[in-house]
Amino acid sequence: MLKPVRKVIDIQPVDGSGASLYAPSPKIYPRSVQGRFAMWRWTLVWLTQLVFYGLPWLEWGQRQAVLFDLGARRFYIFGLVLYPQDFIYLTGLLVISALSLFLFTAVAGRLWCGYACPQTVYSEIFMWIERKIEGDRSARMRLDAGQFSLEMLVKKWYKHIIWLGVAMWTGFTFVGYFTPIKSLGMEFLQTRMSSWEVFWVFFYGFATYGNAGFMREQVCKYMCPYARFQSAMFDADTLIVTYDAQRGEPRGKHQTTADVKRTTGDCIDCSLCVQVCPTGIDIRDGLQYECIGCGACADVCDTVMDKVGMPRGLVRYATQNAIKKGWNSAQIWGQVMRVRVWIYTGVLLALVLALSTSLALRTPFRVDIVRDRTTLSRITEYGTLQNVYRLQIMNATEHSSDYQVSVRGLHGIELRDMDPIHVEAAQARWVVVHVDVPYGSGEPGSHKIWFDIDDPHSGQKVVEASVFLIPR
Amino acid sequence: MSDFVHSFWSHYVTWITLGGILGCVLLLWVTSRKKLPDSVDNTTGHVWDEDLRESNNPLPLWWVGLFVLTIVFSLFYLAFYPGLGNHEGRFAWTSVQQYEQEVTQANADLAPIYARFDAMSAEQVALDPQARHIGEHLFLNNCAQCHGSDARGTKGFPNLTDGDWLYGGSPDKIKESITLGRQGNMPPMAAAVGGAEDVKNLAHHVLSLSGSPNDSLRAALGKPKFGACAACHGADAKGNQALGAPNLTDKVWLHGWGEEAIVSMVTKGKLNQMPAQEGRLTPSQIHVLSAYVWGLSNTSTQKP
Repeated sequence: MLKPVRKVIDIQPVDGSGASLYAPSPKIYPRSVQGRFAMWRWTLVWLTQLVFYGLPWLEWGQRQAVLFDLGARRFYIFGLVLYPQDFIYLTGLLVISALSLFLFTAVAGRLWCGYACPQTVYSEIFMWIERKIEGDRSARMRLDAGQFSLEMLVKKWYKHIIWLGVAMWTGFTFVGYFTPIKSLGMEFLQTRMSSWEVFWVFFYGFATYGNAGFMREQVCKYMCPYARFQSAMFDADTLIVTYDAQRGEPRGKHQTTADVKRTTGDCIDCSLCVQVCPTGIDIRDGLQYECIGCGACADVCDTVMDKVGMPRGLVRYATQNAIKKGWNSAQIWGQVMRVRVWIYTGVLLALVLALSTSLALRTPFRVDIVRDRTTLSRITEYGTLQNVYRLQIMNATEHSSDYQVSVRGLHGIELRDMDPIHVEAAQARWVVVHVDVPYGSGEPGSHKIWFDIDDPHSGQKVVEASVFLIPR
Repeated sequence: MSDFVHSFWSHYVTWITLGGILGCVLLLWVTSRKKLPDSVDNTTGHVWDEDLRESNNPLPLWWVGLFVLTIVFSLFYLAFYPGLGNHEGRFAWTSVQQYEQEVTQANADLAPIYARFDAMSAEQVALDPQARHIGEHLFLNNCAQCHGSDARGTKGFPNLTDGDWLYGGSPDKIKESITLGRQGNMPPMAAAVGGAEDVKNLAHHVLSLSGSPNDSLRAALGKPKFGACAACHGADAKGNQALGAPNLTDKVWLHGWGEEAIVSMVTKGKLNQMPAQEGRLTPSQIHVLSAYVWGLSNTSTQKP
């Protein structure tokens, strides 16, 4: 373990009468950073955002490829047509996502937070815009600290207009997953969007604008629940962004003359690691709850170490055990597959397997059978006993089909006047079904029967159980 | 509007709500004035269990701002919406009212679809595939509970597919039955008929009218007693659709077949009701629905 560092937050008492329970949060001006980890983050920004902004524009046959039609209660994901009854797949997906987070966190800490979380991704985009307009850290600090001027006004306006543009486009894209995005665009151009569409575009847009433009690290520090419970997944073998104190301390300027033996550690106390930090902490104080594991300090320290001619990695991804015992990376990776990682991986693989098997074996239609409750049983003009059922067929494919229905379970049981049931693509249909049995084909009471529904189009079959009542 | 049994509960809810909000304001005010003693290690100075100390991690001010906003919001909300006991709020909002508005809106949204059918006669509507589809849905949602999903009814609930009608089977009569409902009333007639034996004889006569198995001796004895029934069911026992009196000469037995059922009906009478759908369904919906029901017994249009 590191030497325990008692963190002391610098507080300037307002009137010398002590600290308050509430405090304004100082604005953070992160300096731009280049390097390995920044490149990874930008790669993920591009990947996730190409998917998010691009997906609604893809077509699949006659419709949008990914569309969640809440009004009609149909969820289209490429070739897949899901009904609300398929909700279990969403549950499965969420459980898999949660377990992936567990696994990533156990292995390498807050990977999600640092690279792929929308909060990080949109903050990165918004900070890039800010930097292009207002300049880097010191220029922005000067601008904010300076007197009100025309230059300031122009730059701020410019920035907020572009931010709002990106935010509104994000809101528009979000709503485009629920209303076909092309007709949404037409509605917008003709100013006839419905009030709920307008509401959600603005709601999601302003959430993006507020969270990525203003709240930024405050979201991670005070709102995000995942940031709080992830510490349960950490252990001494988890990779975290760490400052190598044994190598770096005591920090200070390096002596320039070659013949004098250096008394300081490798850290030259340039404070760049603090300047680039998006949450405003000093990584040299050790692992802190604010750290989102973005690796910006590691990147910037590497460039400094390159400049002063020292080996890279004064701030690097390492585990607490590795720092304490001076392990190299091979030894660190040797510790990766420990019990908790095995368990997370095992459960995750099992769930992925179960979900994909279930999706692959899913019949492309669903059947629901409800026995009529008003009529227990009746005697027909043909001298048979009759029960009435309502049969719902939900077609989860892109083409219409004529479903064949048959029934079994009692001697001589048959369907009366049953034609194949025609159901249009992605539609559901209720059909009234009469089931007859010859008089005396069973004891009075309830008998289990089965409906077989065949889809000639896919060649698949669904069996639904129900009961047939024979009166006394 | 209130569901409270006593005004005490209204006051109770009001004071607890307002007291809670006031408590939040006070808490914010007191804590924002509180200053912690100066300390080197930034703790509050509290120590528990020998060495447990509480760090001061100040809440950001924007969060306090949100807290204030929720308080302001709650006061506005309580002023405009019901929440304080019996106080109904400036908007006088109720869930029933909102539901009715939404139904009106939905009906207005559907009006263009129904407009096409309004202009058509019931016979034409019954032939229209889209109207039949809508009619089927309306029937399953509103009628199937009693008449069955297949409209063939059960004991006490008429079969709508057999061409036998209590109040007439023309589209207009069906529409009238759906819109205004029907009250079927068979009064207890035992006193007018005579003694228990007379009623039994009459029952056998009624059975004989439709050619059902009967005791011909009793039927002959019961025949003169039918006068009491003829006022409604007609001298020829073919019924009267103006009164909803059923035809006794066919084999439709809505309330049960056989001596026992008929004796019980004559002795005790029967009130049967078809509830009015006016107000629950729009006139356009009733138009489509009555055409659908008419189509059920005019079988050339029944099968899709």
